[in-house]
Amino acid sequence: MLHIVACIKQVPDTKIIKMNPKTNTMDRASAPAILNPYDAHAVEEAVRLKKRYGGTVSVLTMGPPPAVKAIKKCIEIGADEGYMISDRKFAGADTLATSYALTKALDKISKIQPVDLVLCGKMTIDGDTGQVGPGIARRLDIPPLTSVKKVEEVNKNDGFVIVHRKIEDGYEVIRSSLPCLMSVEKEINEVPYSPFPNMLRAARYEPHIWSVDDLEDVDVKQLGLKGSPTIVAKVWAPPKPEAGKMLEGTPNEKVEELLSIVLEKKELFQAKGVSQ
Amino acid sequence: MNFEEYSGVWVFIEEQEGSVAQVSLELLGAGRRLADKRGVALGGVLIGDNVKSLAKTVFEHGADVVYVYDQEIFTHYRTESFMKALLHCSETHKPEIILFGATSNGKDLASAVATDLPTGLTADTTELDVEEDTGLLLASRPAFGGNIMATILCKKYRPQMATVRPKVMQALTPEPGRTGRLVEESIDLREQDIRTQVLEIVKSTTKKVRIDEADIIVAGGKGLGSAEGFNLIHQLANTVGGAVGASRDVVEAGWIEHHHQVGQTGVTVTPKIYIAVGISGAIQHLVGMKNSGMIIAINKDPNAAIFEACHYGIVGDAFEILPLLIKEFGKALSMEEVDHVREV
Ligand SMILES: Cc1cc2nc3c(=O)[nH]c(=O)nc-3n(C[C@H](O)[C@H](O)[C@H](O)COP(=O)(O)OP(=O)(O)OC[C@H]3O[C@@H](n4cnc5c(N)ncnc54)[C@H](O)[C@@H]3O)c2cc1C
Ligand SMILES: Nc1ncnc2c1ncn2[C@@H]1O[C@H](COP(=O)(O)O)[C@@H](O)[C@H]1O
Repeated sequence: MLHIVACIKQVPDTKIIKMNPKTNTMDRASAPAILNPYDAHAVEEAVRLKKRYGGTVSVLTMGPPPAVKAIKKCIEIGADEGYMISDRKFAGADTLATSYALTKALDKISKIQPVDLVLCGKMTIDGDTGQVGPGIARRLDIPPLTSVKKVEEVNKNDGFVIVHRKIEDGYEVIRSSLPCLMSVEKEINEVPYSPFPNMLRAARYEPHIWSVDDLEDVDVKQLGLKGSPTIVAKVWAPPKPEAGKMLEGTPNEKVEELLSIVLEKKELFQAKGVSQ
Repeated sequence: MNFEEYSGVWVFIEEQEGSVAQVSLELLGAGRRLADKRGVALGGVLIGDNVKSLAKTVFEHGADVVYVYDQEIFTHYRTESFMKALLHCSETHKPEIILFGATSNGKDLASAVATDLPTGLTADTTELDVEEDTGLLLASRPAFGGNIMATILCKKYRPQMATVRPKVMQALTPEPGRTGRLVEESIDLREQDIRTQVLEIVKSTTKKVRIDEADIIVAGGKGLGSAEGFNLIHQLANTVGGAVGASRDVVEAGWIEHHHQVGQTGVTVTPKIYIAVGISGAIQHLVGMKNSGMIIAINKDPNAAIFEACHYGIVGDAFEILPLLIKEFGKALSMEEVDHVREV
């Protein structure tokens, strides 16, 4: 029986977030909070592995109280248990402080049931770094496997996994000892619509919520803003490129003008006909 | 932590198919600028099996020092072995800055090393600068899905670390014969100390167009309506001898594979000509192509954001404009060819 923990985060939907042009800050209220899309794939993969090998899927998040909603979403996908660490002392954490706090929570979860496999998403769409997963692995002293696009085998008896890891032009097949941590690519699976019974369960589900004082051996200096080596010094709106020239006239005239502009760069067309 | 002990700007040199990866050359260019501003040395760290000969290229692209770990155990990139070598190097020679390419392996390695050191790590940097007197690295990056730019500092720890997007920094023109100090290092590491093994490397068999290397890219968006409509993009690309790019929505619709996707979660490209058809110009798309030499946009909505980001714009229906373009380009280019033959 495997115990898989997926680390998940609630994020603002950055695709539709509005910016305040005067202050260059995000109007968080303008964007709904969603489960980080990449993490949904991590949870889905955990659920699939559970179906294949049997076991338990837990999800873990660090975030403010409304993040309970993201946990419920994971229960809908098929997770069994949800853990949340929530405390003002965690606020303002960069990836180093985040991986520290999550590792302390994972230590506590391990005492409830030892953890075989930790899954993370490729990255969050707000932090956008992909650094938290490998950070957790280093702190737990287990191998980090990043860019995983397929899990071929998980063998708890013999203590190993075999995965496909995406590289620049193909993939590598890696064997790693278990326990380990994987950051998964989006292409690893598709997240289907949640089955109705899961939705019912999610609606009633109450996650375990811990504050800093519920965790053991925590060095508060390593938490939150204080424990974060990186600081955001300046934030600005990306410069808008200057709008260019609009070509006028009938479609034929526009195409003709474009052609004469582009063909000035003749030298580029020598590779013409090179097939794809 | 005594900052005085830390000196020099380093680049982790990635090996690709027996050569130095393009992104590492770009980082040497960026690193050179930072090192000069600080008046310190630029170092390259080479880890691998039979990689010593690559030091020459690293020197020619601007490095003053190259640290080499040339051991069989480094045949394949593995987080644990490479991390141990880099930690050893950093603890022995104490750089103030280490830069990595934001590639699968570069990001993997940087995240592990930063946790162990520990130090701060800025991801996916697109602008780099340094404070001359303090050596503080100013690493700027798009954040929140490209909606804002942020400058990230790491004031209290050394070394400072950042991963840097490929295709953003400029490599220097190599200076043949330029050389420097080669420092050969090694660590005592046995196979049984490493918990992962690379069993096999599978190169994708379908020959991929490296769109990040193309001079001309014809990119299509959701405005093409369907996979069939998207064929017009292939046709135009073929006519002009360019590569095909796509927006994320097109990739998600399954009209084309992911490695054609341009943008924040796709490839960053800098072709000489970028033709965007039926693409709205979302910020996540723009960050991936805004540095192209000439951007041409075709969209039927005169208010599409792409028109704010292009050099030349045509408001029009793709299904009307594209066939015309294919025809006219086809004619013009085959005439060029005839001209060319005559000249010879
Ligand atoms: C975290 C994150 C990362 C992302 N990463 C990327 C990324 O890497 N790359 C990327 O591209 N996107 C990315 N996106 C998505 C991005 O926000 C946009 O949703 C996407 O780029 C839109 O694609 P599109 O322009 O093809 O489609 P749409 O926005 O639907 O635009 C279609 C356009 O076609 C025009 N059109 C319609 N019919 C015609 C016609 N007949 N002729 C001419 N024009 C026509 C319309 O006017 C419209 O402007 C990301 C989003 C998020 C949140
Ligand atoms: N606050 C958090 N709580 C739980 N998991 C997180 C948190 N932040 C990041 N993660 C995990 O780490 C991955 C990478 O995040 P990031 O480094 O922020 O891009 C995410 O996909 C999650 O799996």
